[in-house]
Amino acid sequence: MTVVALRPKAQSMPNATPKNVIDVKDLSLVFQTNDGPVNALSNINLAVNGGEFVSFIGPSGCGKTTLLRVIADLEQPTSGTISVNGMTPSEARQNRAYGYVFQAAALYPWRTIGGNISLPLEVMGVPKAERASRIAKNLELVNLAGFEKKFPWQLSGGMQQRASIARALSFDPDMLLMDEPFGALDEIVRDHLNEELLKLWAKTQKTVIFVTHSIPEAVFLSTKIVVMSPRPGRIHEIIDCNLGTERTLDIRETPEFLEIAHRVREGLRHGHSYDE
Amino acid sequence: MNFIRNSVVPVGTVLLAILALWYAFAIILNAPFERDQAARANTTIATGQLIANTMAQERPVLPAPHQVAEEIRKTVFDISPTSKRSLVYHGGVTLSSTLLGFGLGTLLGILLAIAIVHSRTLDKSLMPWIITSQTVPILAIAPMIIVVLNAVNITGLLPKAMISTYLSFFPVAVGMVKGLRSPEIMHLDLMHTYNASKAQVFWKLRWPASMPYLFTSMKIAVAISLVGAIVGELPTGAVAGIGARLLAGSYYGQTVQIWAALIAAALMAAILVSLIGLVATLVNRRMGVRP
Repeated sequence: MTVVALRPKAQSMPNATPKNVIDVKDLSLVFQTNDGPVNALSNINLAVNGGEFVSFIGPSGCGKTTLLRVIADLEQPTSGTISVNGMTPSEARQNRAYGYVFQAAALYPWRTIGGNISLPLEVMGVPKAERASRIAKNLELVNLAGFEKKFPWQLSGGMQQRASIARALSFDPDMLLMDEPFGALDEIVRDHLNEELLKLWAKTQKTVIFVTHSIPEAVFLSTKIVVMSPRPGRIHEIIDCNLGTERTLDIRETPEFLEIAHRVREGLRHGHSYDE
Repeated sequence: MNFIRNSVVPVGTVLLAILALWYAFAIILNAPFERDQAARANTTIATGQLIANTMAQERPVLPAPHQVAEEIRKTVFDISPTSKRSLVYHGGVTLSSTLLGFGLGTLLGILLAIAIVHSRTLDKSLMPWIITSQTVPILAIAPMIIVVLNAVNITGLLPKAMISTYLSFFPVAVGMVKGLRSPEIMHLDLMHTYNASKAQVFWKLRWPASMPYLFTSMKIAVAISLVGAIVGELPTGAVAGIGARLLAGSYYGQTVQIWAALIAAALMAAILVSLIGLVATLVNRRMGVRP
């Protein structure tokens, strides 16, 4: 097997517009369930630029995870178009454009931390020596150097999630798709990982799509916040949010931060997210 | 110290209880014969003598444990293993067909499970037949397998092993279908985002995830393989093997011989199951299972 090109450069794609990495137009998704059709996503329009940090926020059932899964080619839309790097999500997936991080770390329990990071590289046919250097590099990136030989159960929840981020980054994907990655962690660990993630984003310059339930998390991390509302799942409002590149947790007490958080909350309220 | 308290004491206690029960039943079941003998000779027999006699009969209804132990000692250590009177010889015959049948059965079970997991059609069409196969009484089908295979000139080890295979593929197939389907959706989705091939999903995810299921079903499979081998030895005319030993024992009323063969079979099964347990432990250690 020949070595697979790990990252198709967006610029080299003939159809790609240089700016929009993700382009969603009039996208809808209807799930057929036993209780009849469910409008999981309805008329979604969204453009994401390269290098942005975009958060999807909204209550359960607003379709934020479904939208992320559509981008990752894990769900198929019923109507509308979506392009990723100028390709269909399926082609983008075959080009290994996605590093996906789930709510649970989803590490393979029979592989060591190093083995887990090696997994996508093995699947993609990266030679052994190259794998070793990438494992070391990515463990360094998430501050887990020295844990390569440990098994997942020997690590705390926060460390496991960091290992799972290292795994997603190991094959240098175009974008990082994160589905409530810190939702299962306690707030102290979560705050810490938010800061780490921000540094990581600055270092890697990747496009990040981040699904969350938490308003402070979304405001703290994002350059763009997509407020979604349920029944049918739709985008209520897109709020620009840029609190500067050098952010620490202290920024959460500044008026600018509170102002944006307020706007997000208002957006959620108008989207009937607080209705019973 | 912990080992003695946690293992030796409870296991030893149960063993002693079983032995005591066994002796009690030996005395109760063998006593009528002694009383009849005494009555026939127009004498009475003292209780002490009666009890001593019940444990030393030549063809007791239930032989006492020490009689069985003595028979095993004699047929294992005193007689050359190449002799047809040696329990080692018969045990070896049964063991070889058990292992061959178990190996083939495990392989067949795994292959069926792989086919079923990867094809919806096979899942729907094969599974009912697999289950039906096990509802046929093996005692009825065993002679037919031997006779049919004999007719096409397949004789010796293989026909007996086929019966073991017939029994042992089932737990492996059922266990492995469950095992190969055990990966979480997230683990599968992850492979999908890597654009992994079906073969990669199998070797890097489904197969390692199924290991606990494999060893559990192999433990069941090896025990019933032994049963299959013994059953397979009955219709072959009692030539050789533990089954032949049982059959010969019952023809000639050699109850001690029957029990010696039974105990030998039970010991063999226990050893085989523990060996698989040992392999499972080694594999678990390699796979980083939490101790």
